[in-house]
Amino acid sequence: MINVSGLTRYFDSFCAVDQLSFDIKEGDIVGFLGPNGAGKSTTMKMLTGFLAPSSGSVLIDNIDMLSDPVAAKKLIGYLPEGAPGYDEMMVVDFLRFIGQIRGFSGDALTQRVAEVIAEVQLQDVLYKRIDMLSKGFKRRVGIAQAIFHNPKILILDEPTDGLDPNQKHQVRQLIQGMSKDRIIIVSTHILEEVTAVCNRAMIIARGKKLFDGTPKELLEKSKQHNAIALTLDQAVDTSAFDALPEISEVMRTSDNEWLLIGDGPKALHKVVDELKKQSVQPLHLAIEQGQLDDVFRMMTEGK
Amino acid sequence: MSAKSVLLQLYKREFLSYFSTPLAIVFIIIFLVLNGLFTFQLGNFYQRGQAELDVFFSFHPWLYLFLMPALAMGLWAEERKSGTIELLLTLPVTIWQVVLAKFLAAWSIAAIALALTFPIWMTVNYLGTPDNGIILAGYIGSFLLAGAYLAVGACISATTQNQVIAFIISVVVCFIFLIIGFQPLLELFSDTVVSVLLKLIVSILVASVVLLMTKKSVLFYFISVLVLFVGLMLFPGILGGENITQGFVDAIASLSFLTHFDAITKGVLDLRDAIYFILSIAFWLLTSVIVIDIKKAD
Repeated sequence: MINVSGLTRYFDSFCAVDQLSFDIKEGDIVGFLGPNGAGKSTTMKMLTGFLAPSSGSVLIDNIDMLSDPVAAKKLIGYLPEGAPGYDEMMVVDFLRFIGQIRGFSGDALTQRVAEVIAEVQLQDVLYKRIDMLSKGFKRRVGIAQAIFHNPKILILDEPTDGLDPNQKHQVRQLIQGMSKDRIIIVSTHILEEVTAVCNRAMIIARGKKLFDGTPKELLEKSKQHNAIALTLDQAVDTSAFDALPEISEVMRTSDNEWLLIGDGPKALHKVVDELKKQSVQPLHLAIEQGQLDDVFRMMTEGK
Repeated sequence: MSAKSVLLQLYKREFLSYFSTPLAIVFIIIFLVLNGLFTFQLGNFYQRGQAELDVFFSFHPWLYLFLMPALAMGLWAEERKSGTIELLLTLPVTIWQVVLAKFLAAWSIAAIALALTFPIWMTVNYLGTPDNGIILAGYIGSFLLAGAYLAVGACISATTQNQVIAFIISVVVCFIFLIIGFQPLLELFSDTVVSVLLKLIVSILVASVVLLMTKKSVLFYFISVLVLFVGLMLFPGILGGENITQGFVDAIASLSFLTHFDAITKGVLDLRDAIYFILSIAFWLLTSVIVIDIKKAD
């Protein structure tokens, strides 16, 4: 559905996006990860046809964004960063305007406006001006205009940025509810968002693609993936853990917490045996999933 | 959805947005008040005892100089400042449709304001028997002039995120296009000044083309301008003829809004004057499209 090849964008001599290539197919919910200024927004602006690439191409359902932008844009719903909207318009008028530009009219328009309003729960603010809305509602209006024409491709630039935890949860649920047979691309620098909603993660830093895989594969890259987390209420001789072939490193993370890095599932029973031998009762013993933060830092800072 | 229908929807939104803030109403009121003041107070409309609207129209180029940039300043600057330009240009629309819709919306407000001056037309018809053909030509000329100013304003608005800056630069640019046709000023320029100016412009043009083609340094550029200019001064025969300088003055004057506006309001609705305004509008709108394409992401 989306084929990107060799996508590059310079701002003067600064290279914001560098030779990016990827394909995205139906059903993919892609989390676009990267530090601020990594080129996420620039990439999205090129995918949606706002910015022309310096070189490379974007194919949307086999339509070239450069040669037939209007046809390509019809397939895409886009929430730009910060969810801009026309301040002086009322929410309902704004949605009707978007609908009309998207080719709706008459009863179909009225019906679709009602559906979208119900879908993102805008009933309470329909007749308010957009500049009077709270951040959460403004974001929802932005999402409403993006999904208005039931697009096959939905591109959301930081949809949960600046929202409170409840609003974040709502937006994520909304995204998950829409995901069937569609492509959804979400950019974020909030890592838990990727594991919460996406089935594919892509990390971009300094304009280059550093990782492309499932969130699970991303977690597996963590040093702490499969590590054993151990909480005890008494002293213990950890040198025995060090001696285990499956354990590569023992880290004391706080006074009574340890992290045994290595192949946790294999080493677990040996660790339990050792604790028994020392007659120590663990307060907590678990296999770690890994820390996305670590993977993220490791990849984007090149450590 | 047809391109025409998209244009119509964009136009409708732009037009209505003028009325969702006090801008359109304030604009129309100021327009009417100033028109009345200028015509009756400054222009001594009654005292002249003539059944004509010449004096009414003669103030328009100066009045529009400030009013039209005010109407156009927000067209793109606001869109860029609030980020809605990204929303707008990722909808299935072309930049041309948006440029045209915005311009037509602003022009419509100007047309409404102009149409609301109808009492003065009724007055002059009540008091005497004016030549209504000339008055109609005046209205058409004034409408075209407003369009040209608005096209300049819309284009300048696309270059900045700041409405105030857009306003000031638009006034300056419009003023230049006005003043180059102002007779008293043209007479001020002696032949010598014009011929020196002409030589300087030719030197700069030639040097710029050379710079673009050779990509040499800035220093090289200034030296080549200087050499060309001195050369032209030393050999006056090349560009110094009476006909050439006069042609230059005429060419510049013919680019002025004022020259063409005066011609139309005299009642001679020459097609060439109308075409001049249409072409001016088209030029500035085309420039807008290019400017927006280059600067939209800044």
